[in-house]
Amino acid sequence: MEHIRTPKVENVRLVDRVSPKKAALGTLYLTATHVIFVENSPDTRKETWILHSQISTIEKQATTATGCPLLIRCKNFQIIQLIIPQERDYHDVYISLIRLARPVKYEELYCFSFNPMLDKEEREQGWVLVDLSEEYQRMGLPNHYWQLSDVNRDYRVCDSYPTELYVPKSATAHIIVGSSKFRSRRRFPVLSYYYKDNHASICRSSQPLSGFSARCLEDEQMLQAIRKANPGSDFVYVVDTRPKLNAMANRAAGKGYENEDNYSNIKFQFIGIENIHVMRNSLQKMLEVCELKSPSMSDFLWGLENSGWLRHIKAIMDAGIFIAKAVSEEGASVLVHCSDGWDRTAQVCSVASLLLDPHYRTLKGFMVLIEKDWISFGHKFNHRYGNLDGDPKEISPVIDQFIECVWQLMEQFPCAFEFNERFLIHIQHHIYSCQFGNFLCNSQKERRELKIQERTYSLWAHLWKNRADYLNPLFRADHSQTQGTLHLPTAPCNFMYKFWSGMYNRFEKGMQPRQSVTDYLMAVKEETQQLEEELEALEERLEKIQKVQLNCTKVKSKQSEPSKHSGFSISDNSIANTPQDYSGNMKSLPSRSPSQGDEDSALILTQDNLKSSDPDLSANSDQESGVEDLSCRSPSGGEHAPSEDSGKDRDSDEAVFLTA
Amino acid sequence: MEFAELIKTPRVDNVVLHRPFYPAVEGTLCLTGHHLILSSRQDNTEELWLLHSNIDAIDKRFVGSLGTIIIKCKDFRIIQLDIPGMEECLNIASSIEALSTLDSITLMYPFFYRPMFEVIEDGWHSFLPEQEFELYSSATSEWRLSYVNKDFAVCASYPPIVTVPKSIDDEALRKVATFRHGGRFPVLSYYHKKNGMVIMRSGQPLTGTNGRRCKEDEKLINATLRAGKRGYIIDTRSLNVAQQARAKGGGFEQEAHYPQWRRIHKSIERYHILQESLIKLVEACNDQTHNMDRWLSKLEASNWLTHIKEILTAACLAAQCIDREGASILIHGTEGTDSTLQVTSLAQIILEPRSRTIRGFEALIEREWLQAGHPFQQRCAQSAYCNTKQKWEAPVFLLFLDCVWQILRQFPCSFEFNENFLIMLFEHAYASQFGTFLGNNESERCKLKLQQKTMSLWSWVNQPGELSQFTNPLFEANNLVIWPSVAPQSLPLWEGIFLRWNRSSKYLDEAYEEMVNIIEYNKELQAKVNILRRQLAELETEDGMQESP
Repeated sequence: MEHIRTPKVENVRLVDRVSPKKAALGTLYLTATHVIFVENSPDTRKETWILHSQISTIEKQATTATGCPLLIRCKNFQIIQLIIPQERDYHDVYISLIRLARPVKYEELYCFSFNPMLDKEEREQGWVLVDLSEEYQRMGLPNHYWQLSDVNRDYRVCDSYPTELYVPKSATAHIIVGSSKFRSRRRFPVLSYYYKDNHASICRSSQPLSGFSARCLEDEQMLQAIRKANPGSDFVYVVDTRPKLNAMANRAAGKGYENEDNYSNIKFQFIGIENIHVMRNSLQKMLEVCELKSPSMSDFLWGLENSGWLRHIKAIMDAGIFIAKAVSEEGASVLVHCSDGWDRTAQVCSVASLLLDPHYRTLKGFMVLIEKDWISFGHKFNHRYGNLDGDPKEISPVIDQFIECVWQLMEQFPCAFEFNERFLIHIQHHIYSCQFGNFLCNSQKERRELKIQERTYSLWAHLWKNRADYLNPLFRADHSQTQGTLHLPTAPCNFMYKFWSGMYNRFEKGMQPRQSVTDYLMAVKEETQQLEEELEALEERLEKIQKVQLNCTKVKSKQSEPSKHSGFSISDNSIANTPQDYSGNMKSLPSRSPSQGDEDSALILTQDNLKSSDPDLSANSDQESGVEDLSCRSPSGGEHAPSEDSGKDRDSDEAVFLTA
Repeated sequence: MEFAELIKTPRVDNVVLHRPFYPAVEGTLCLTGHHLILSSRQDNTEELWLLHSNIDAIDKRFVGSLGTIIIKCKDFRIIQLDIPGMEECLNIASSIEALSTLDSITLMYPFFYRPMFEVIEDGWHSFLPEQEFELYSSATSEWRLSYVNKDFAVCASYPPIVTVPKSIDDEALRKVATFRHGGRFPVLSYYHKKNGMVIMRSGQPLTGTNGRRCKEDEKLINATLRAGKRGYIIDTRSLNVAQQARAKGGGFEQEAHYPQWRRIHKSIERYHILQESLIKLVEACNDQTHNMDRWLSKLEASNWLTHIKEILTAACLAAQCIDREGASILIHGTEGTDSTLQVTSLAQIILEPRSRTIRGFEALIEREWLQAGHPFQQRCAQSAYCNTKQKWEAPVFLLFLDCVWQILRQFPCSFEFNENFLIMLFEHAYASQFGTFLGNNESERCKLKLQQKTMSLWSWVNQPGELSQFTNPLFEANNLVIWPSVAPQSLPLWEGIFLRWNRSSKYLDEAYEEMVNIIEYNKELQAKVNILRRQLAELETEDGMQESP
């Protein structure tokens, strides 16, 4: 490829983030889609693959005697430090990566070259797995109050909305078009979620162009229509998810918020979620904390507090809880907006839906939820996650925050979700990977123009195919936690929100619990299933033999097959863990090179796993200490590594997570 | 009986009880010598039975003639009693205050408690030093049991039987005792079977300002080293503190006199600093009003997790010396009864699979905390709510339990016991019907005749019926050393103990139950399949036999 100045550099060192003195020597390759580092060590040949689209920043660091260090930070929170011996190679790699990490055309993205060896039919089936018209049907639509509108056919009214939209029956095309002219980017109020039980609904829009005094009859009628579509309540909540100050400032620009005097029967409410710039900085600050080398407890907690990240997560959750309560307990419909109605609005609507409807807490339902509230309603994936080179000020971890909200809920309600943490982590990974077409572009219109469905594959089909890896063993469809609305305590429980090290430090395997309860239970469940089958077969055979014996006929029964089942031994495939540096700055333990890192630690995997891109995998195979790898008993039976991409591509950490 | 004098009003009707997670209950309040009881006389509501010794502090308020007593418990629970009548309320309050702060140990509940269960195994004899010694005496002959302290004359805080190097006679031990703080001469704490390395513990050496030395002391600890090998001394104080200790007659091992030993200082906080930390932490957990940022800053300001990290780090370092460096270690701080024991016992959790089993952990507590002379009576006299701060109160044992929980969280399948077991131990260390945690050392326990007059906690816990609630369903024996992470990201707040009364655990309990169900069902099937297999095999051999003749 034209942008690759040097495709291969030898004698590169990959620095171990944990103990910087331990660096692996190997060869660095630049390909059209990946940065690949292959260790020289003949017995491991460990490979580290980084997708260009995952690269967030590339930093040249001060040259040392050993060479020129390059620090690569990834959007999936992986950090890689390479030391390149020759200044010229160093510069070439740097320049190449700068360009490769910032594609300017969609066609440069990985999904257009990624080929999982599926035929055309399979690909098409993948794209219909998640079907929004089916989802609206599931909600009970269309019905007496709501109808499918074709007003946005060919994106005539709003180019960032989908073509299929549900609006109140009483909202005529005239009202819709009139309302759309009074809303930022013409994002008029439409249905996001319909609560069958009591007819209340969650609607979404952008801010009204009210300025200091402007009004719009059609917009007022539109809200009226939303109210009328819910016979159970005589008012509608209008929730502005911005801080009041921000909303007021918008009035000066001819935008703003609804005046309660102009709209009949609305209850207006501000919920202060900060804007994308505040969130971007907050994440940045939190990641700096995660990156600290051997931080003290105070450094960490202080930094976490100072980043404000958990405060923002709580604000989003609070908004979602407010709306879910309004809908389920008060039976009132809610119109949600922020400024453009594609960031905070998407977060809040989807959190509220997730609290209200158990369907969204299933594997399939969660995909549908993202498809609906994020993809179809024009969340600007391309801008927010920087898929193509663009304005860095547009980048913000909006969906990351939503994903974290789900994790925080999973921690509170361990039996309520059909999927596990890994599912969330893989979705986050692929929002940035551009390996599948789902999250490309900024709107449905752009995606259709690019013919995404004909040219790329769908992530949902891929996740669905490997769903065994994403199941929560504690989920049971008939469990009380899985029914109805999730009820969170009303008191301000700040301590409910916790730092998610499984996400933000996920490449520091030593920091994570070394034994996975989820994987353990999945293995038990898998074995249980085998036992059930065996039990049935045994009973059958027993019955047969007994019958035969009763008849006094001698029939040679087939020798019983030696059972493959050998109880629960978890002896092989062990991940050993080794001690980290506990001695701090003491020079007292000379035989081990003391590292600065507080994190551990060499995790020992078997050959197969060493191919993955995990920075923590060390070739130090010390099998005698540590813990048996429970994840090796993953439901797949250890036969296949659910790598994210048919073996050819090893960009992701997944292979490690799911340790074959 | 003196109790009657303290109870001016033994009974009040129409008292309303408010407590976490339960609806308010109206009923009759009764005070007995050891309990505060509230009974509603209704079948479906639970009664409250609270040990007076569990009460840490009380507040009273009056609105008109309605009095309110707020009871703050040592297990961090806060309950409220609305008592009609000012006099009754004042009487109750003063009785509770008096009964919860009895001076005499022999008036405590364990001396009055009569078990309702049949004692199958007397816990007082479950973990005898001789039996513990046998566990490694097969692997080594370098150690012996010494009875030098059998009348507690050599060291008041040591048990009558200790393990010492075989080559050191009792006379030498007596000499060494005079050179160590509190007479706590170096004794064996742990023997690592894998490589024969050991952990020893002691009090600080009494070098003083003029650098006093003791040949017997040097000989004793050198006796544990293999030829040409070096050992490590882990001092749980900072170098600065250790140096200052010399002015008070204490000190540390000088390189010149201990050339085969390398000293590492790993500072672990002590006494009131820990107590303050606990008070601040519990206060932060109880504060429902503050926002997210204040919560994190209060959590940080409490420094609790900093202490956890320090203690765990020191323990990991000790374990690393043993297992990775192949070096023996001696651990001490000042007295050798607090941070020293935290480090020696946590190092064993890391190194020794047995200490991660229920019985092994009980043995560890017996050996490294009770026998080793951790002054439970002093340290656990008060908890997080008490206003009268005493210098010797400190949540040393709770910190240890928290550290164990941290390792358990990182290795959820490697422990035979679960979180409830740790919580139970915390509760009993502070208030109990059992005599196990009474007294400050073996000598005091002997004088109190605890074995004859009280019941051992272990007698109750180790009944099969009770054990089931403390057993970890995920346990799979793991014979390896487990190295925990001590990164701040890996050390969260122990919610099960600190947020226990502030948030409902309903959903988490349901999840635990589900987990148990999954595993139980699996075991059930396993058993069924095995029976059928056997039956089938029998039938088939019968078949064969019928056929063969």
